[in-house]
Amino acid sequence: MPKLLNKNYYLILIISAVFGISFWIGFNVNLLPPEASINAPIYDELFKILFIIGLIIFIGMTIAVIYSLFKFRKRKDQFGDGIALEGNLSLEIVWTIIPSIIVLIIGLYSYNIYDRMGGMKELNHSHEMIDSSTEKIWAGISQASNNEVASNNLSVEVSAMQFAFLFNYPKGEFISGELHVPVDHKVSMKMESKDVIHAFWVPEFRIKQDIIPGQPTILNFTPTKVGKYPIICAELCGPYHGGMRASIIVEEESDYKDWFNKNTKTEVSL
Amino acid sequence: MTTLDSSKEIKKDNNDVSEHHEDFRIFGLITFLVADGMTFAGFFAAYLTYKAVNPLPDGAIYELELPIPTLNTILLLISSATFHKAGKSLQKNKNSDSQKWLIVTATLGIAFLICQIFEYFNLPFGLTDNLFASTFYALTGFHGLHVTLGTLMILIISWQTRSKGGRITNQNMFPLEAVELYWHFVDGIWVILFIILYLL
Amino acid sequence: MTISIDSQDSNTKSLQPKGWLRYLSFSLDHKVIGIQYLVCGFLFYLIGGTLASAIRIELASPMSDFMPRDVYNQVLTLHGTIMIFLWIVPVVNGAFGNYLIPFYVGARDMAFPRLNAVAFWLIPPSGLMLVASYFIEGAAQAGWTAYPPLSITTPQSGQIIWIMSVLLLGGSSIFGGINFIATIIKLRRPGLKLMQLPMYCWAMLGTSLLVVLSTPVLAGTLILLSFDIVAHTGFFNPVLGGNVVVYQHLFWFYSHPAVYIMVLPAFGLVSEILPVHSRKPLFGYTTMVFSIMGIVVLGLVVWAHHMFTSGTPPWMRLFFTIATAFIAVPTGIKFFNWVATLWGGKISINSAMLFSCGFIINFVFGGITGVALAQVPFDIHVHDTYFVVAHFHYIVYGGTVFIIFSSIYHWFPKVTGKLMSEKLGIIHFAITFIGFNLCFAPQHWLGLNGMPRRVAEYDPQFQFVNQISSIGALLMAISTIPFLINIFLSIKDGKNSGDNPWNALTPEWLTSSPPPVENWKGEAPLVEEPYGYGKPISKEN
Ligand code: HEM
Ligand SMILES: [Cu+2]
Ligand SMILES: [Cu+2]
Repeated sequence: MPKLLNKNYYLILIISAVFGISFWIGFNVNLLPPEASINAPIYDELFKILFIIGLIIFIGMTIAVIYSLFKFRKRKDQFGDGIALEGNLSLEIVWTIIPSIIVLIIGLYSYNIYDRMGGMKELNHSHEMIDSSTEKIWAGISQASNNEVASNNLSVEVSAMQFAFLFNYPKGEFISGELHVPVDHKVSMKMESKDVIHAFWVPEFRIKQDIIPGQPTILNFTPTKVGKYPIICAELCGPYHGGMRASIIVEEESDYKDWFNKNTKTEVSL
Repeated sequence: MTTLDSSKEIKKDNNDVSEHHEDFRIFGLITFLVADGMTFAGFFAAYLTYKAVNPLPDGAIYELELPIPTLNTILLLISSATFHKAGKSLQKNKNSDSQKWLIVTATLGIAFLICQIFEYFNLPFGLTDNLFASTFYALTGFHGLHVTLGTLMILIISWQTRSKGGRITNQNMFPLEAVELYWHFVDGIWVILFIILYLL
Repeated sequence: MTISIDSQDSNTKSLQPKGWLRYLSFSLDHKVIGIQYLVCGFLFYLIGGTLASAIRIELASPMSDFMPRDVYNQVLTLHGTIMIFLWIVPVVNGAFGNYLIPFYVGARDMAFPRLNAVAFWLIPPSGLMLVASYFIEGAAQAGWTAYPPLSITTPQSGQIIWIMSVLLLGGSSIFGGINFIATIIKLRRPGLKLMQLPMYCWAMLGTSLLVVLSTPVLAGTLILLSFDIVAHTGFFNPVLGGNVVVYQHLFWFYSHPAVYIMVLPAFGLVSEILPVHSRKPLFGYTTMVFSIMGIVVLGLVVWAHHMFTSGTPPWMRLFFTIATAFIAVPTGIKFFNWVATLWGGKISINSAMLFSCGFIINFVFGGITGVALAQVPFDIHVHDTYFVVAHFHYIVYGGTVFIIFSSIYHWFPKVTGKLMSEKLGIIHFAITFIGFNLCFAPQHWLGLNGMPRRVAEYDPQFQFVNQISSIGALLMAISTIPFLINIFLSIKDGKNSGDNPWNALTPEWLTSSPPPVENWKGEAPLVEEPYGYGKPISKEN
């Protein structure tokens, strides 16, 4: 009787240690780049949860394997077989149902995250840049921002080609090789490729969308931190794929206006 | 060898496979046809997706007429029946009847191919004209390849069912059964193809 | 086409060459064919590994300085294609399947021996063709996924050879699949029930179903792609009105199942190895069978999780997220069952066991990142980055390749009648395990922080971590040396193993080692309890 108690005591101790370590790592080890859009904290919340659950399972399984190897190793003087245990239905039901529930909860939770990122919006009907109803626009992320005022939105048309991005500002009628955007404003981008598939990725924003020839895609985001971030092509597009980068410059609204006006003027004077 | 339960030992040599022989060869063939069918399924899926999301560009021509393919459908359906007849005759040991039916089947197959080629020459679009034209030719061409192969095999087995010296007999029906199964499969695919390409 | 293949034909068999020459012949013996697959696969593994080393050398510095950029893409493409189609798939299916399945069902050979030989002999020429394309006008350079329009616009000859070679390899794999299904279902020794089969049979049945259902779709797709390249049709060419996303759907309809084609047989093999060396029955046979079939069914309906950023509509993303995440359940069951198999056993800690346990640990890790990747919002950030590279190497290397090594240690005495050196085996395991984790674990961080995959140059801030990864790759390369030494020494003068060195109960051990030509001197034994360890059956042994 005391022996049994002892065993359970150790088990509980180990399980709580695994949980403790996993939570500690989950909360204290940061594997992600800085957060610079309203998507980023939402993403990082999901990441943290998945990271912790993953660590618990991984550490738990690793301990179980190493412990078994050690505890049940065949000693020199031992012969014969282990116990003839062919299964245990209730145990197997337990480890079918618990993972199912975990997976289901993760699924619902990530659905919620995705919805908060704006991924579940039907883009075909909501986007103001769609000129004709027959044109097929393919979904990207259409994300709600704090100040969802349509007129406040900045619309940019992105075209990608081997091996560069070009940003067309329709309101200013000019094209830029750098993407300048005002902080805390929702940016809507319609993207199309001129040759092969590319992808628009800003790690600090936690967003990515393929840029596909023949099928425009849409990506909306709201930057929250002033700074300069890399735009990276994430889809193999040819020999110089690794060098296909651009910058996104998030600036205060006044700085952005200055930049915008300067460019508009030069373009007009041409 | 204590693991051997001698009470359950079978007297017959396991190597004597003739017992399952017929059986598993047809089984293998069916597996192969499932695989082949998946190739078509992939093509059909591509075609249906194109139809759903890729509108025909302005000015592109993609029109199909029904008479020839309808005739072709009838030809193939009849040929399935005549092949069936051939099998039945062989079962009754009437080799020459069987051979006749096979030749009729092969003729129908050839007629199908001729009609198909005739249709190709009279279509108002070519292989690379537009997406639907290409898909049309890919699908019918791939099916036509199957018909061609089938017809060749029918000709071969009809030669082998000849009364004197033919290798396919009442006792050795497997080649005929195999080709028959294949032929029904090719027919079935055609019916699906006809519905999807011409009727939808 | 497949019809007139005669089954067991002892006459032709006795005309086959003897000695090592038979491994170069069109042999119909399933054991010879199995070894042919294994050795051929391993040679291609060495080529693929050399290419991997070239990749890691290039990535040791942020500049593109080791090779020209287009050559880098060729190396990358060849590496992926060779490792998948010429190493993992042929070895884990063809080699072990051919060697073991006839024993397991109590047959003297596969159902269609000639088709079997044809399936093998398709591999060396198509593999050589693929490698040779590099020396002609350059190999394909659109990645192993060959996404159009890139694959249409890059130099044609390489891409066309790539397509032909993959088509032939796909054909080989379909022929193999047909053969396995027919053998397992139809060639069972009378009296042997399906639910008495060793687990590897179930794994191969599931795998072969996937092969038969999905590989033809890849074949069809590649034929359309080759039309686009050669005949200028526009299936996948947007300039001509085509649709590039349709290619991705069709491609992944095969290539997601393909990852299960690479890993399910490994699940089967580990289920054979663990019970033997821990002297315990396989835990939960029935749930294991059902989880394999569950994986097969689910595996067919999750492909679009590779396309979360391809502009797929929201409902599709949602469906594929949930379907994918649910694959974790049957997979998880298998892992819990394996640990339960170890639990309470009398475990011999040898090379086979170590590699199998390494597999469990690595695969659990890869599976966890996989479940994370199944979540759309998570995947959007890390898709096409080094995080994904790390994920699939944990699965395919940490999983399947570890099991291939484990299986070699386990079945070497069966094939040769000799024992391998445990000392070298354990050294091999240690270097591989450390090297592997050193190489791929840091890549998760790289991906999260902004390094995309398939690049020859990268942001200098990532240099240090990339160098760690390259050192890991170096260790992996080194680890093959003790392995090769071990193989050669053991073949030459390994200790005699006797017929059944592990006292195993599965049927392949109930004949001499190496086995006679038609597997059993007398009749095939009826093994009703292949995992009867700890039971009277095993004690009598
Ligand atoms: C010696 C061990 C290995 C090393 C060092 C290694 C290294 C690499 C590296 C660095 C890449 C990424 C290149 C890039 O995307 O920029 C890569 C890609 C890949 N590896 Fe490995 N690899 C190894 C073994 C394997 C094995 C055994 C497989 C078996 C399936 C494999 C399959 C792949 C695949 C499919 C890709 C993707 C190729 C592509 O995207 O075109 N690797 N490998
Ligand atoms: Cu790129
Ligand atoms: Cu997948």
